[in-house]
Amino acid sequence: MAGVLARRLFSSVLVIVGSLILVFAILYVLPGDPTDTIVDPSIATPEMVANLRHQLGVDQPFYIQFARYFSHMLRGDFGQSLMNSESVLGKILDSFPATLALTAASSFVAVTVGLVLGVLSAIHRNRPIDLIARVVGLFGISMPTFWSGILLIVLLSLKLGWFPAMGSDGWRTLVLPAIALGLVGAGFIVRMVRSSMLDIIDEHFILTLRSKGLTERAVMYKHALRNALIPAITMIGMLVGEMLAGTVVIETVFSRQGIGRIIADALMAKDLPVVQGVIFFSAFVYVIVNTLVDLSYTFIDPRVRRST
Amino acid sequence: MREAVTASTVWRRGGSRRLFTFRLRRLAAADSFLIGAGIIIAFIIACALVPSLIAPYSPTAMLTDSIMQAPSSAHLFGTDYFGRDIFSVVVYGSRDSLFIGFASVIVGGLAGGAIGAIAGYAGGWVDSLLMRCNDILMTIPGILLALAIAGALGKGLFNIVLAVAVSSIPGYARIMRAQIISIKGRTFIAASRSVGATPFHIFWKHVLPNALSPLLVMAAIGVGTAILTGSGLSFLGLGVLREIPDWGTLLSQGRGYLTVAWWICTFPGLAITLFVLAVNIIGDRMRDRLDPKKNAKG
Repeated sequence: MAGVLARRLFSSVLVIVGSLILVFAILYVLPGDPTDTIVDPSIATPEMVANLRHQLGVDQPFYIQFARYFSHMLRGDFGQSLMNSESVLGKILDSFPATLALTAASSFVAVTVGLVLGVLSAIHRNRPIDLIARVVGLFGISMPTFWSGILLIVLLSLKLGWFPAMGSDGWRTLVLPAIALGLVGAGFIVRMVRSSMLDIIDEHFILTLRSKGLTERAVMYKHALRNALIPAITMIGMLVGEMLAGTVVIETVFSRQGIGRIIADALMAKDLPVVQGVIFFSAFVYVIVNTLVDLSYTFIDPRVRRST
Repeated sequence: MREAVTASTVWRRGGSRRLFTFRLRRLAAADSFLIGAGIIIAFIIACALVPSLIAPYSPTAMLTDSIMQAPSSAHLFGTDYFGRDIFSVVVYGSRDSLFIGFASVIVGGLAGGAIGAIAGYAGGWVDSLLMRCNDILMTIPGILLALAIAGALGKGLFNIVLAVAVSSIPGYARIMRAQIISIKGRTFIAASRSVGATPFHIFWKHVLPNALSPLLVMAAIGVGTAILTGSGLSFLGLGVLREIPDWGTLLSQGRGYLTVAWWICTFPGLAITLFVLAVNIIGDRMRDRLDPKKNAKG
């Protein structure tokens, strides 16, 4: 057990370092000069630009730049924003709680709606509830979040006035963005749970359970559901990451604080240290969530527990 | 896996004959979804190909006497603050939106497919190296990767295509590799090798053609995902600055007028949703066809 844990953690660390190199390399290879962000290229003299490049260290070769970035990062220094010299990590940590709250609320919507509809849909196959679940699933994965978010604003905020349309203070501001973002996850989970439940209902062991006289309720909720949850949990791990990324769009739609908003603004301003910092931070959170999900199998699936 | 006939599938096939009439009825019901999806896709592709036949107005015409009008029979989707007919703008805007969807799937599918095929067929350290890189690429959520690339490259249609394409590579690479590996180990490949076929010949004539179908299904569904990602980038302002906005850009332009004109945002979003929905319905069906278990079940 400790061996598995150590191996899993080691590979997570490798992936995190790898993603750091990758993000750095992508932004390094792509055209664009960071000095353009600081000084207007039309008025800057070549000496000014050269000086600034030297100051920022971007005149050094790739591996030196990367080594410096990496060693700073290990000490918790993600660099400074090109726009206002604020610390990138400070910026991220300031607004991460708002993003985390949104991600958690959306995941709650996604998992609750997804599991309930998915299970009901499989148990009552070809009945009205199944049709509703399938339509919710299809729309969930097909609607752009910025559109469903805007529809929610128009209906529930502007027309009915139930929830505020923007801002990030208090739980009431969280409801609409969490529904808009959560519906996407719910769509994926409904489809996943439905199809894995249907596969399992066809298995011979379900027939055995029924023939030994177990009630239908026990067969479904105790045996079929438990087996169907395993693929669903893998998916939930991936979806949490996707929802974290989805906050970029949703925070813009609802004018919320958060790291998604920071990256969207930084992109417009070509503030690459901030972009880099946020992407790396998200990859870090994503890897941690998925590592936890992998480890959770050990508790849910006895087969995994025994094989380790 | 595809030809695997197990006792349980045989049992299911025998059982299925009894259910023939029942299944026929269900097939008809399921196909009404499929027919609807086909009509939507055909209509939207027609919009992209011959917009002038479908749009009642020019997408750039500013009808100064009808500014910000709600949807009516004269203006199906209403008009915006310039007096542009939203229906006509959406019809013409389908061009750039669909271009982003299809072009990025072609670029991403070819690149990802090639990486997966090389990794799977070569095996050994080539496989390990390529797949570790792929795993790393997978840890960065698609929209963030696309954002970083589009942000660094700057605004523009081709930059969006490239950004969306790169973010889709890992998925294609992974599925292609798995498929190539499963086919590489089959008896007919060994047979081909034993009669002296070169590795390239075996790959090109036997392995590749048999490995393509899952990749094609994934690409079909990928068109929908690509349109969602691409229009998300446009929405965030990384879009194409052209006279005729694509759906994502049009939607973000309408955001400032939400309180007075809900229709400017609503209809381009509806176009995106309907197209992606139709693509997903068709993709689902294609995937079920490939899955022998689902096929036998009907």
